[in-house]
Amino acid sequence: MTTVSKTVELNMGPQHPSTHGVLRVVLELDGERVVKATPVIGYLHTGIEKTMESKLYYKALPATDRMDYLSPMSNNLGFCLAVEKLMDIEIPEKVKWVRVCLAELTRIKSHLAWVGTHALDLGAMSMLLYAFRERESIIDVYEACSGQRMMSSYIRIGGLAQELPEDFDKLVRKVIKQVAQGIKDYEDLLTNNEIFINRTKNVAVISAADALDYSLSGPMLRGSGVNYDVRKANPYSGYEYFDFEIPLGKNGDAYDRYLIRLEEMRQSLRIIQQTIDGMPEGPYRAHLPGIVLPPKEDVLYKMESMIFHFKIITEGFKAPCGGVYQAIEAPKGELGFYIQGDGTNKPNRVRVRPPSFINLASLPKLVEGRLFSDVVCAIGSIDIVLGEVDR
Amino acid sequence: MLEVIIASSIKVVFVLAAVLTGCAYSTYLERKVVGHLQHRIGPSYAGPYGLLQPIADAVKLMFKEDVVPDKVERVTFALAPIISFAPALLTFAVIPFAKDDNVFGYDVKMVLSDLNIGILFVFAITSIGVYGIVLAGWSSGSKYSLMGGIRSSAQMISYEVSYGLSIIGVILIANTLSLRELVDQQASTSIWFFANWYVFKQPLGFLLYLTCAIAETNRLPFDLPEAESELVAGYHTEYSSMRFAMFFIGEYANMLAVSAVGATLFFGGWQGPFVNEVPFIGMFWFALKVFIFMFFYIWLRGTFPRFRYDQLMNFGWKVLLPLALFNTMVTGLIVVKGWF
Repeated sequence: MTTVSKTVELNMGPQHPSTHGVLRVVLELDGERVVKATPVIGYLHTGIEKTMESKLYYKALPATDRMDYLSPMSNNLGFCLAVEKLMDIEIPEKVKWVRVCLAELTRIKSHLAWVGTHALDLGAMSMLLYAFRERESIIDVYEACSGQRMMSSYIRIGGLAQELPEDFDKLVRKVIKQVAQGIKDYEDLLTNNEIFINRTKNVAVISAADALDYSLSGPMLRGSGVNYDVRKANPYSGYEYFDFEIPLGKNGDAYDRYLIRLEEMRQSLRIIQQTIDGMPEGPYRAHLPGIVLPPKEDVLYKMESMIFHFKIITEGFKAPCGGVYQAIEAPKGELGFYIQGDGTNKPNRVRVRPPSFINLASLPKLVEGRLFSDVVCAIGSIDIVLGEVDR
Repeated sequence: MLEVIIASSIKVVFVLAAVLTGCAYSTYLERKVVGHLQHRIGPSYAGPYGLLQPIADAVKLMFKEDVVPDKVERVTFALAPIISFAPALLTFAVIPFAKDDNVFGYDVKMVLSDLNIGILFVFAITSIGVYGIVLAGWSSGSKYSLMGGIRSSAQMISYEVSYGLSIIGVILIANTLSLRELVDQQASTSIWFFANWYVFKQPLGFLLYLTCAIAETNRLPFDLPEAESELVAGYHTEYSSMRFAMFFIGEYANMLAVSAVGATLFFGGWQGPFVNEVPFIGMFWFALKVFIFMFFYIWLRGTFPRFRYDQLMNFGWKVLLPLALFNTMVTGLIVVKGWF
């Protein structure tokens, strides 16, 4: 008698508690072992890139919030830096510092959501609520700055949407204190937890060579020990002024990525502390009539300002011909914007290099031959946001 | 004869009501405790402190539509919740819950059935519960449910042996299988009312029992059969309405059952201060001990991540089973040599 080995095809998603949105993974299972994994994407496709091409430059900005909705400020920053590069705009010092501060707050916010959901995937339910408790204090900063808790659109082309709130300093210091304490709590709950180590160590492993081949970035790449961080390799928005370290992993497994993300949060706190302590004085927008909106008081009392305001709002500004690529180190990896101007007031082409999408491509490599439970761990440790994967 | 029937009926109604209320309020306890562990306040709308929440839940579940998917095996699909629910309740038939007393001139044994092999009965009955889960997983016609069912059976095989061995120590020392006698043996008249509890003579046995009991009841960190982040809801993915509620109550009844057995075996059951003066107070001590067990369960759930399938099996066979065998051997040696 011969035995016939048959595999089972299991549809994981698009509605599944731990695919972090509407990711669908078609799994071929031999018992609990994964023979083949095929991620299927596109369930959250909103055509953001194409939408941006049909909008004035400043009107395309809010669309970026909706890509990686867990780190809107980073997306804003990437897009604004790209447009500023295209327009060759010089940014006031204060704006750079504020942007770095907000980008790092966003990194912490995104990593907090990650550590919470990842632990939830592994069954540690309380972590989610602890992480979201700390995240709330960062959302308070968002709210104070822009009036929005989620889709902030606070960083604008040429500066910021409005002057920083008066209690910005106080709120950010509160975040630093609270998050530092929070990270200690997470360490107590997870870092030395035998079950957590069992679940993440040597799981979802990717070697440095493979990571480079898959063109991974962010903690996924640094977890494998490759020292590449856009903030150090290609400083933007004044990152060269600040003192911070890039944590690196050794094994390239889920546990290393966890440690890296925790350490990145601590380093982000360091950067935020430096920006808060040494924040320079100055305007919150570049003075560039015709490209950047003039201050509101001027619009009310000065005729030229009012005309510029009217012209920018109605017809935007014309960008020169040519393409620029600007990458930033978003919480999930290298987020790049390629923008092609064609002399009109709308971009001819906008192309985003989304870190989630490219990191997700490594999923089959991470899980094939592993157990079903490891798929959940792998998806979690990649840290994807489907809004960004599908755009 | 009539008196016996009446007395038994009253006892049955009392125990059943107590257990079902216990189940309902265990869900309340769980939600409140986990809520406070997670910086939330838990249910608070229905009644004062949300105390009516379990009733609201029950009403909601009763009036929900009972969805039966097309491709289910209807008979087993309907039977499975009952199989998983009933054994959990049966366990309470042999657990003594207070000191025997004279009520209205009648001597009443505070146990439904004073079975002389009570503990064997408990272990035989609780093992049946897993069939409910396996059958539910198989008959649902869903791959997630099937995986939950398979995991459950594998988990059962790995843990049942250690579970059984973990209490052998107590039985060897006590030299009886009757739960009532076990409780009597743990009595102590001194100020150290807990001096004779078996937990001090069988600490390893107790830890093994506790661990296996968690696996037995499919609670975190061993809740693989339902593992909501992996298998959606595991074996009860396709269930709704009261059928789902029966699994739910079954799970809590199981928790209560293993807590009650644990309290009886290792913590002297209803024994405690003043039980000789006021026999009814035994009920309170018993409830308190069960509550502490339940709290521990819920605490674990609020703290730990979940094991992986293969790690769970490794843990069961390579850690728990050798330890249980070791414990049995050492206890046997001590009993034979008469060192106790």
